Amino acid sequence: MRFAPSDEQRELAAVVRQVLTERCPPATVRAGAGSAQVASLAESLAGLGVAGLLVTEDDGGLGLDENHLVSVFEQIGYAAAPLPLTATLAVAPAVLVSGAPDLLAGLVGGSLTVGADPAATGRVAFGSGVDVVLSGGFGGTGRIEVFDVSEATASASPSVDFALDLTGYADARLVATVDDPQVVRLAWERGVLAASAELIGLSRRMLDLTVEHVRTREQFGVPIGSFQAVKHHLATALLQLEFAAPVVATAGFELAAGVPGRLRSLATAKALASEAAHVVGRAALQCHGAIGYTTEYDLQLFLKRSWALESSWGSSAWHRAALLADLGVGLTGARPAS
Amino acid sequence: MDLTWSAQDEQFRAEARDWLATNVPRQPLPSGDTAAGFAAHLEWERALHADRWSVVSWPEAYGGREASIWQWLIFEEEYYRAAAPQRVTQNGIFLLAPTIFEFGTKEQQDELLPRMAAARDLWAQGWSEPGAGSDLAGIRSQAVRDEQAGGWRLSGQKTWSTRGAFCTHLFGLFRTDPQAARHRGLTYFLVPLDTPGVTVRGFDRLDGDEGFADVFFEDAFVPDSAVLGGVDQGWSVAMSTTGSERGLTLRSPGRFLKAADALVALAGDRAEAATDLLRDRVARSWMQAHAYQQFTLAQVTDIVEGRPAGARSSLNKVFWSELDIALHETALELLGPDALVDGPWTRGYQFSLSGPIYAGTNEIQRNIIAERLLGLPRR
Repeated sequence: MRFAPSDEQRELAAVVRQVLTERCPPATVRAGAGSAQVASLAESLAGLGVAGLLVTEDDGGLGLDENHLVSVFEQIGYAAAPLPLTATLAVAPAVLVSGAPDLLAGLVGGSLTVGADPAATGRVAFGSGVDVVLSGGFGGTGRIEVFDVSEATASASPSVDFALDLTGYADARLVATVDDPQVVRLAWERGVLAASAELIGLSRRMLDLTVEHVRTREQFGVPIGSFQAVKHHLATALLQLEFAAPVVATAGFELAAGVPGRLRSLATAKALASEAAHVVGRAALQCHGAIGYTTEYDLQLFLKRSWALESSWGSSAWHRAALLADLGVGLTGARPAS
Repeated sequence: MDLTWSAQDEQFRAEARDWLATNVPRQPLPSGDTAAGFAAHLEWERALHADRWSVVSWPEAYGGREASIWQWLIFEEEYYRAAAPQRVTQNGIFLLAPTIFEFGTKEQQDELLPRMAAARDLWAQGWSEPGAGSDLAGIRSQAVRDEQAGGWRLSGQKTWSTRGAFCTHLFGLFRTDPQAARHRGLTYFLVPLDTPGVTVRGFDRLDGDEGFADVFFEDAFVPDSAVLGGVDQGWSVAMSTTGSERGLTLRSPGRFLKAADALVALAGDRAEAATDLLRDRVARSWMQAHAYQQFTLAQVTDIVEGRPAGARSSLNKVFWSELDIALHETALELLGPDALVDGPWTRGYQFSLSGPIYAGTNEIQRNIIAERLLGLPRR
């Protein structure tokens, strides 16, 4: 028993963090899709080979597992990196191996970018630059369709998160359909895990920003962080974060180890990570006062990304419903749609 | 990350589970916070001790099994899973003992720990006073030096002392240097309650059990050997105990895992009353109980690898106490009109309400979290 990241996990996280610190400052998040900054970020990440994180070494990947996925996505969340990394790093490998193996080399080499639309909404996050879209498989059931969108007609869809680059595609070309239940389930689980870890990173960033702010912002002649009301907001925020992060780590371990009962940990991970981000985000916004209630201040970049992720890969209510069904006390009426 | 138990740990778990399956009383004991119930619980404590299950992590010489902290966690999990009786010895074993291990002299350890493990000495906590609750440093009970007799004369009043009316000993803080600043000049004393000049008066808690006591000291003499950890060093000695109380040794995850399972079972048994709104709350509590368990595993890893919990024990305390209330509130709603009948959930609910109060109120804990973990400025 050892509940802590391995040295290898730590080292990988440190390398990713360094690249993100250099290549993904808030200005890059703002610059958004199609900008030189985001292209440079994508290139740097490709240079690390992280796209092949879950791809076997035989297929040219790093051959790592979901424990590493957690470490990497916490960093991605901390930086609010504006790239379809959940789809490319977490979801695509198993789907492509199963349904479109000829695309795998491009994925590993960084020349192929993948977007995901698990709920088949017709909207793909960070979608304007992707080559392939994986559609469907929500909840780990049904099938996932692999579309080539390189020749399709793209249309932008406004999002609450200005950097999200939500894109719809018309006339996409279906290249494969994956209906192997194990693959569909694994793709979903990895997507849920990556989103959960990303929410943990986002929460940390929002809390760090807020702590910095309340230590320096003065009102009534003192730093506002010295007021008990502010302290209690942020203590509550830290509590949410500190009790969600270990559950995400456990879900990563259980997924890597193939623990049969992992549904419960995964559901708990996404539900608690979503709620943590929600509570931390609310506290962060409140403690920033009007300073935070503007697009000019950076907090919104992380706050809005966390909103987007709370509603993706199953909301906290959806995952609680999934847990209840597994515990044998499932909901009797309508279940949350997504 | 390696969340698998070693073969030895699994074997330890099997042994504990076996023993508990054979020995846990079939019928629940009456509340240990009443005179009759306390006596019944002492019998259980002595049965635990006889087979070396009362203090599994202690040295064998003191009645333990030298179990690792991981095995201690396993034992706790099994203990609650088996619905074994509440530990009326907990204030001694879980709160005082870690302090004696850290600060006690060899003589104190040899004398006190075996008797504590055997439930012969029963320890009550003597910290709060009528004028010093959350503000522990505001205590006014005094210990005055009696040079001639080689000891100290205690005076003052302690209150809200859990099971004080049934205990034999008290550990607490007394002011030894009235001139010193608030946190200084305090000394940690170990006092037999049959000392002349000590009077104990039990009184009822919110649930009606005589779970509290006032302890009055009128010129009560204790020898120098009653000092734990040095004269005027009481604050730092006491802080090590508060860490235990807030952290995992008082409220191990096994307790909440068991309660969450019981809540799921209740939602199943009361399917008619279990609206989807209540089921959603069941899921929240289940998730939080498991989050507490995962947090604890990370915390124990830190401790084992030399990173002490420190102020992080305040995170435990706020989290488990709020979880405990939420869990019981949901259970009472599932019970509907049966919730007003005195029963385990109703009792548990009343007890859970004390969680955000004892061991330092949650308001104080949030201050500690903000100041010591987040680095926000003190006022």
